Amino acid sequence: MLRILVIEDDPEAASYLVKGLSELGHTADQAADGPAGLDMAHDRDYDILIVDRMLPKMDGLSVIQELRKQGNHTPVLILSALGQVDDRVKGLKAGGDDYLPKPYAFTELLARIEALARRPKSASQIETTYSVGDLTLDRMAHSCRRGETEIPLQPREFRLLEYLMQNAGQVVTRTMLLENVWEYHFDPQTNVIDVHISRLRGKIDKGFDTPLLHTIRGAGYTIRDAAH
Amino acid sequence: MTRLTRFTRTTAFKLSLLYIAVFTVMSGVLLFYIADNTDNLMSEQVVQTVDSELKTLADVYVRGGVRDLVETIDTRSRHPDASLYLLVDFAGNALVGNIARLPTTVLEEADGGLRRVRYTRLGQDSEDVERQAMVRTFELRGGFRLLVGRDLGEQLRFANLLANAFRLWLVVVVVMAAITWLFVSRRVMKRIDEISATSRTIMQGELSGRLPVAGNDDEFDRLAVNLNTMLDRIEVLMQSMKDVTDNIAHDLKTPLTRLQTRTENALREAKGEEGYRGALEATLQESDQLLRIFNALLGIARVESMAPASVMEQADVNKLVEQVAELYEPLVEDEGGKLETDLPEDLMAECNRDLISQVLVNLIENALKYGRPETGDLRIRLGAREENGRVVLSVTDNGPGIPEKDQDRVKERFVRLEESRSEPGTGLGLSLVKAVARLHGGDLRFMNEDPGLSARIDLKPVKPDSSRSGHEQGGTAGQSGEGD
Repeated sequence: MLRILVIEDDPEAASYLVKGLSELGHTADQAADGPAGLDMAHDRDYDILIVDRMLPKMDGLSVIQELRKQGNHTPVLILSALGQVDDRVKGLKAGGDDYLPKPYAFTELLARIEALARRPKSASQIETTYSVGDLTLDRMAHSCRRGETEIPLQPREFRLLEYLMQNAGQVVTRTMLLENVWEYHFDPQTNVIDVHISRLRGKIDKGFDTPLLHTIRGAGYTIRDAAH
Repeated sequence: MTRLTRFTRTTAFKLSLLYIAVFTVMSGVLLFYIADNTDNLMSEQVVQTVDSELKTLADVYVRGGVRDLVETIDTRSRHPDASLYLLVDFAGNALVGNIARLPTTVLEEADGGLRRVRYTRLGQDSEDVERQAMVRTFELRGGFRLLVGRDLGEQLRFANLLANAFRLWLVVVVVMAAITWLFVSRRVMKRIDEISATSRTIMQGELSGRLPVAGNDDEFDRLAVNLNTMLDRIEVLMQSMKDVTDNIAHDLKTPLTRLQTRTENALREAKGEEGYRGALEATLQESDQLLRIFNALLGIARVESMAPASVMEQADVNKLVEQVAELYEPLVEDEGGKLETDLPEDLMAECNRDLISQVLVNLIENALKYGRPETGDLRIRLGAREENGRVVLSVTDNGPGIPEKDQDRVKERFVRLEESRSEPGTGLGLSLVKAVARLHGGDLRFMNEDPGLSARIDLKPVKPDSSRSGHEQGGTAGQSGEGD
């Protein structure tokens, strides 16, 4: 369960978000303008802030800059109707952690805030080995094995699996993969990611009893141990 | 605003005032310097003359006593020059000389010091003309006092001359300033007024209007040329905005109408939950497609209005192309084709990595959709090379190509050729490619390779020696910083 603050001035969009997040068991508060959001973020302890870029009184980027200046390092997801490259860069420079252009699918937003919440908060928390079921990924040795079998991976396949395992149990969308594994910020029209996933699946799941890499219809992918 | 205040607010008027002030101060300083120096020089001469006279008279006195002195002074006093003499006895009675009246203190303090005094000359003047002189007074034996001096009239006349010259000079400066002002306000203000008048008509919506260019290549011409270039750009942007609006009206209407009809039908012919679900899913799909079109349109508009300098970086072209190739290789293989790269060593260009990658992706996806040969396997080649001082990126397929007459048309928004209507797509992919190519100072060009089509865009190369730091920037465009 996450404590989430939604700073968004459009009441309909905000209540839709708060409702959706609450139904999933998260606690969500709403602030309708910049200064109010800043106060709430300051007074209470949140796991995630969702900040709209265009807000009355004080714009979203200034809110984030102010928060960071105060030493508040809560992960921030920026929502914006401006989805272009330069806006994204500006948002991240201001101290945002992720950037989601409007309009967005709720599943995409959910996947992103969960990934943000699980992100290691300091270097000491970064794990060197990920494991899901009997699949282990050694980030130092750049090696991957399932049970006793060593699985050879191409560098990009390694990055892909690494990102999936870092967010094990969570849904990871195609856009997130494209952004974090390939560092592209646009959506290709074809299913180019699916092909990479199916190749990876061929390496880590083929010939084993329980599949680990699952497709979540309409959302993306997840890697998880079926036993859980 | 009155006519006068309008005048006083003009730049020409202010410049003229400044001109007057600067020249007055400069002339003043110059004249003061000349006057001061001349005065000093003349004073020195006066002192020298007085001293030499004194020396002569002293000699006369030593040799012949008071009698000879009186005689000599008497002779000299009769010359009508600037020398002044006066010899008085112990009671203050004038014995000889050419001075009628002067302050008595000068005679009383006969210490040989140099003094400036007012006096009246004997003989030549009427009683009340006072003159100025530089004098020395000495006491002789027997209570006699000798005064020798020099009239300062010459010096004063010279000072007067300078003062008159200065006054005349001021008049000339003011007249010159007035002439300058007249010239500036007539010639220059006329040009500026022309520019203001034209820009006013342009502001009123006459976007095709342009500022007049006189053709003499002065600063006004350069200004007018620059403003005209700016107006050209604005006009192009306005036109493209109008085109987009027209296209949106046309191409978004179709799916929107479909959406509406479908929803209305579902409401009218509701067949339980199953029916509603089906209708909702279809609606969602349709709105997804609408959003995609919308985002693509916005993306193109944004690229078209971007300032190139703000998004460019130095990027390793090989790395950029290879990364895109790596992303698409499995997909092309799954589709039964082959993706190859043809890259030279070490090629750097000034570009935006994200936009150029998206361009390559769009061109590869086009090749996948429309570039299949009738027989045999699809082959897509990604190439980069330096050509005529530009870095040319190309995506080549071995399909049917695009007929020459359609090659320009397909770059326009929403244009899809008849043969490709069956494939999913927005008709915006190539428009974005074109916009990005333009942003990079180049263009999108097609070449029929027979068989196949080669789509090319060109970028500005980065000379290897200009900066080596560019290597690191190959992968930094808009990184989210995650997953490191």
